Amino acid sequence: MQEKRNKSGMIAVMGLTLMLLVLVLMLENTIKPTHMIFIVLKKSAVYALVASSMNLLNGFTGLFSLGQAGFMLLGAYTYSILTIPVESRESVYYIYGGSAIKFSLPELFGGVVGLVLGVLVALILGGCVAALVAWLIGLPVLRLKSDYLAIATLGFGEIIRAVFQWDKLGPVTNGANALKSFPTFSSFNIENADGQVVLRLSAFVPLLLAAVCIGILLLLINSSYGRAFKAIREDEIAAEAMGINLAKHKRLAFCISSFFTGVGGGMFAMFANQAQAKNFVTSMTYEILLIVVIGGIGSISGSCIASFLYVAASEWWLRFLDSEAYIGNFQVPLLRTGFRMVVFSVIIMIVVLFFRRGLMGDKELPDLLRMLRSRGKRKEAAQ
Amino acid sequence: MLRIDELRVNYGGIEAVKGITFQVPEREIVTLIGANGAGKSTTLRSIAGLVKPASGRIHLQGDDITGLSPDRIVSKGVTLVPEGRRVFPDLTVLENLKIGAYLRKDDLEDDLKWVYDLFPRLKERSWQAAGTLSGGEQQMLAVGRALMSRPKIMMMDEPSLGLAPIVVRGIFDIIREINRQGVTILLIEQNANMALNIADTAYVLETGRITLSGTGKELLNNAAVKKAYLG
Repeated sequence: MQEKRNKSGMIAVMGLTLMLLVLVLMLENTIKPTHMIFIVLKKSAVYALVASSMNLLNGFTGLFSLGQAGFMLLGAYTYSILTIPVESRESVYYIYGGSAIKFSLPELFGGVVGLVLGVLVALILGGCVAALVAWLIGLPVLRLKSDYLAIATLGFGEIIRAVFQWDKLGPVTNGANALKSFPTFSSFNIENADGQVVLRLSAFVPLLLAAVCIGILLLLINSSYGRAFKAIREDEIAAEAMGINLAKHKRLAFCISSFFTGVGGGMFAMFANQAQAKNFVTSMTYEILLIVVIGGIGSISGSCIASFLYVAASEWWLRFLDSEAYIGNFQVPLLRTGFRMVVFSVIIMIVVLFFRRGLMGDKELPDLLRMLRSRGKRKEAAQ
Repeated sequence: MLRIDELRVNYGGIEAVKGITFQVPEREIVTLIGANGAGKSTTLRSIAGLVKPASGRIHLQGDDITGLSPDRIVSKGVTLVPEGRRVFPDLTVLENLKIGAYLRKDDLEDDLKWVYDLFPRLKERSWQAAGTLSGGEQQMLAVGRALMSRPKIMMMDEPSLGLAPIVVRGIFDIIREINRQGVTILLIEQNANMALNIADTAYVLETGRITLSGTGKELLNNAAVKKAYLG
C-alpha cells in the first residue's frame, strides 16, 4: 500500500515538475527576457540543487557540514577551465600568457551537439572533482561529530578558496582573476542564421538540469541507502549494530552530496557568466544553510520551495526598498541602499519563529497533498 | 555454536571483562546474569564487534570472528538487540524492520511475514513512526528488527529494562518462541528470576569474571544466587 502511495506521489511530483518546466519555457518565449523573474529562476534552480544536496548530508544523514562554498568552487572552476573556447583563452589568461590547458570540451566534441555534450561532461567532471576531494578530506574529517565537523569543513572551504587564488596555479586557475567567456545558460538559446533568437532556453536549461539532479537525489533517499543514511542520523549505535558500516555510509553521503554541490557550482558559474574564487565565500554556505533550515531540515521539496522564495525575496520582491521613493514631495523615510537587507533579515527571523521546523518540516510535497486530501475526506464524513 | 575463550575487554580505561570463557550451544538459551557494571554489556558489545577486545578469541561455528567489523559479524549471523531498544524514532515501523535486513539483498517478504506473525501489534502499526510506540512495542520492534537479519544467534541486552512486569512476561514468552523456531539466544539480564527461568545454561558474572555456572534451574536454587540476585 505504501509503495502504491509512494508511486502516486512520485507521479504527482513528476507531473508538477513537468508543468513547471513547460510554464517556464512558455514564459521565457513570451515576456521580456530581461525580466527579473528569469534571473530569480536561474539562481534559485542552482540554489535548490545545492540546498538539496546539503539536505542529503545535514537533514538525512545528520552530518553537519559547512563546506558547500568550497565544493561549489571546485565545480565552478572545473567547469570553466574545461569549457573556455581555445581562441578566448589568450585574453582570459592574459596575465599568465595563456592557459596551461589547450583544449575546450565543447569544441573537442564540435557543433551544437558538442556544446550540449561538452557542457554536460564538464559539469559532471566538476561534480567528480568535488566528490574526489570530499573523499580525501572525508578520511580524517568524518571522524568528527556535529560542531567539530562543521568547523573542519568550514576551514576546508576557506583553504580551497586561498589555494585557487594562489599565483603559482595561475596558468590553470587564472589566479585571483575571473574565468569567463565559457558557455552560459544563454548559449542554449536557439538562434536562426541571422543571429536572432527563435527559441529561448536560458531559464529552461538550468531548471531541467536541477530537476534531473534533484530527482536522482530523491531516488537515492528513497532507496535502501537512503534508509541507512536516516538510520545513522537517528541512532549511530543502533545503526552500527544492524550492520550498517558507519564510516562507509558517511563517506558515501559526503561524496554524493559534494558531487551534486560541485555540479551546482558549475551551474552557478554558468549563471554568473564568470567564475572567481573570491565569490565563493562562507556567506554563500550560510545562504544555502538558511534555505535548508527555512525549507525544513529533511525535506527536499522544502529546500526547493525555500530556495525560490529566498532568492526571489532577496533579489526581486524587496528590491524597491533599496531605492529612494517620493510620494509627491515627501521622501519616504528609511528607503535607501541597504535597507532591503534589514527588512529581509527581519522577515527571516519571523519565518523561523513561526515555522520552527521550517516551512515543510520533514514532510515532502506528496505527504502534504495526502494530508490535505484526508482532511477533506474527514470533513465530508463529518457533514 | 559460539565459543568465547579468555576474553578480556578494556572499556572506558578500566578492564571491564577480565578473561571470561563460556559457550553458547546451538539452539539453546544462554543467559549471563550479574549486577550493574559486572561486564555483561561489554561482553555482548565485543561479540557484536562494537568494542574491540584486548585479548581472547571469539569463535562462531569454528570461525574466528574476533575483531571483525560489526557489519561482517551481522552478515555472519550474529545480531545484537541493543540495550534500551534504540529503535529509529522518526522512521516507520516498516522502515525500521527493513533496516534490520539491510545487509541482505534477497527478498524480505517471508521474513516480514514471520516477524508480523510473531508480533501482530507491529503489523497494525506498520506505518507509524517508531517513536510513537509504547515501550513494550518498541522492544518488540527492536527484537523484530534484529530477526530481520535472519540471525543464527540473537544477543539481547536487558530486554526487560524499563518495562512493566506483564509486558516483560510477554517479551520472554516471545523469546522462548523464537528459540523454539531455531534461533540460538544469548541473553543478559538484571532481572535474574525471569532469565534463569527460561535459560538452558546460565553464567553469573561478577566484576568481569564468571563466578558460577550451571543450568537455569540449578542457579535458581543456588543459595548464593538466591541471596545476591533473587532477593
